Amino acid sequence: MKPPPDAAAAAVRANLATGRRSRGLEIGFRLLLLACLAIALITLAVLLIDIFSDGVDSLSLSFITDTPSRIDPSSSGIAPALVGTLWLMAVCAAFIIPVGVATAIYLEEYANRERWFNRFIEVNIQNLAAVPSIVYGVLGLAFLVRGPLSLENVLLAGGLTLGLLVLPVVIVAGREAIRAVPPSIREGSMALGATQWQTIWKQVLPASVPGIATGVILSLSRAIGETAPLIVVGAALFATSVPSGVFSDVTALPIQIFGWVSDPQPEFKALAAAAIIVLMVILLGMNAIAIWLRNRYEQKW
Amino acid sequence: MEAGTQAAGATPGARPLGVGRRRWGEEIIRAVLFIAAAISVLTTLGIVFALLEESLSFFDEVGTKFFTQTEWSPLFADPQFGIWPLLNGTFLITGIAILVAIPIGLGSAIYLSEYASPRVRRIFKPILEVLVGVPTVVFGYFALTFITPTILQDILSLNVTVFNALSAGLVMGMMIVPTIASISEDAMSAVPGGLREGAYGLGATKRQVATRVVFPAAISGIVASIVLGISRGVGETMIVLVAAGLQPNTGVSPTEGYATITTFMGATAKGDNPAGTIGYESIFACGLTLFVLTLLMNMVAIRFVRKYREVYE
Repeated sequence: MKPPPDAAAAAVRANLATGRRSRGLEIGFRLLLLACLAIALITLAVLLIDIFSDGVDSLSLSFITDTPSRIDPSSSGIAPALVGTLWLMAVCAAFIIPVGVATAIYLEEYANRERWFNRFIEVNIQNLAAVPSIVYGVLGLAFLVRGPLSLENVLLAGGLTLGLLVLPVVIVAGREAIRAVPPSIREGSMALGATQWQTIWKQVLPASVPGIATGVILSLSRAIGETAPLIVVGAALFATSVPSGVFSDVTALPIQIFGWVSDPQPEFKALAAAAIIVLMVILLGMNAIAIWLRNRYEQKW
Repeated sequence: MEAGTQAAGATPGARPLGVGRRRWGEEIIRAVLFIAAAISVLTTLGIVFALLEESLSFFDEVGTKFFTQTEWSPLFADPQFGIWPLLNGTFLITGIAILVAIPIGLGSAIYLSEYASPRVRRIFKPILEVLVGVPTVVFGYFALTFITPTILQDILSLNVTVFNALSAGLVMGMMIVPTIASISEDAMSAVPGGLREGAYGLGATKRQVATRVVFPAAISGIVASIVLGISRGVGETMIVLVAAGLQPNTGVSPTEGYATITTFMGATAKGDNPAGTIGYESIFACGLTLFVLTLLMNMVAIRFVRKYREVYE
């Protein structure tokens, strides 16, 4: 049914008219969206610049090697916090690497998806990834510090708590890495007579190591910045000595930053900024290593 | 692999092809790996058990006062146990954060998904992800030492106290922006190109395609991202602890300080509360409230995410 000619002409005219009018609307909308993106990026830039300008004057070698002092900001340093953070990362990594990789292997290679408990494990990991970090601190407080394990010492408890917090990240990354290995590799190995474990250990795992390593580094960089769980578990807000073993009192960089920020004296705020710079540099380094690892060793099948 | 099979015409007594007997080494390894996977389940059970155990003794003592009283001061001489001030603080600050994060996050997502060239997207998406990697205590520092004095007091001349909800809420909003932006952008990218091309073919402009075609098609993913953002805001501790103070106020004025569920937990755990005291138990009661809230929100969000994935696959 053809529309009458004048109606068609009128429609085309109307279209052209709105086309011209709406050009401004198009550009305006695009600018609005760009502004949103710009606000996010500018905020990040302002944050980095502000912290850098606040803290750069306090950075020095003695800052890194001194212990903090409550009274004299000029002789305070982050040595116990820095070493504590490194210790915590070591404990955390020692926990998440075996457990995370083992879980990933189980879920990808052995678990029968039809069984309810395997699906339950998967849903469970998804839920755990969304639990607030402070609740993990409560878990650590109840079981690791006070309750059955009664670790009392904070380093081991803190490291394990952080490990539980970032475990889902390692598991997901591990699963992706293992899943990326094509089935033909597995099938070829089995056809040559290898058992399932031999196939995994000698073929699948070595191929997924870069992906797993990237996941571990990313999860450690998440754990390194966590403050709330450590506060609840009982990390000392003011440790005067460098931790000597797995069973000593510990403080961490984020905790030290928190302690200094909360101090009413303004000089300590500058120290907090300097400590933040150190923390961000460490984070930047870890992420750079993760990206380099991924680019260098990523295997294209 | 499991069933042993006899090759046709095999001589009797020859070993069957395939695995005839189970190798016990493999079984042990499988069991070990299963135990490792079970650790994640044990973690959840542990969280639930830890929260419930102490909360039960808390509610034993406190009872319905948790819901009926209007003040929260469990550590004072005349303790009050109404949870509302903490909920008030939590949702006020998260509300401010969401008001900031939704426009900026969605705007960025729509721009990156519909307008940006692949090169621009490749540069700016990772930069947005950097916001995710910033430790929250750093955001707290930024809120307390820059936003409050410089932006709020100097530039905008608002009458805010040193600890205020507005500053914490604004910064928390910026922390949530990457969550909303990246999940929404994924949802929008999942919309089939055919829908867009059909719209362009009918003469729609980019704006019309973005707002009338892609946005409604991706709405469940977008809603999921917002719910997840709220959940992150509710569970956030450090930004609020540093920038919003610890006063369990009721009321909605963003110029004052507030306490949230998380900051109360953090501050009390920092203090001296031996096991068995009401102070110690109150940490767990708050933790239970928080856990239930975030679990519900996350279940809702995951349901939405699954819905948008299903439609197109």
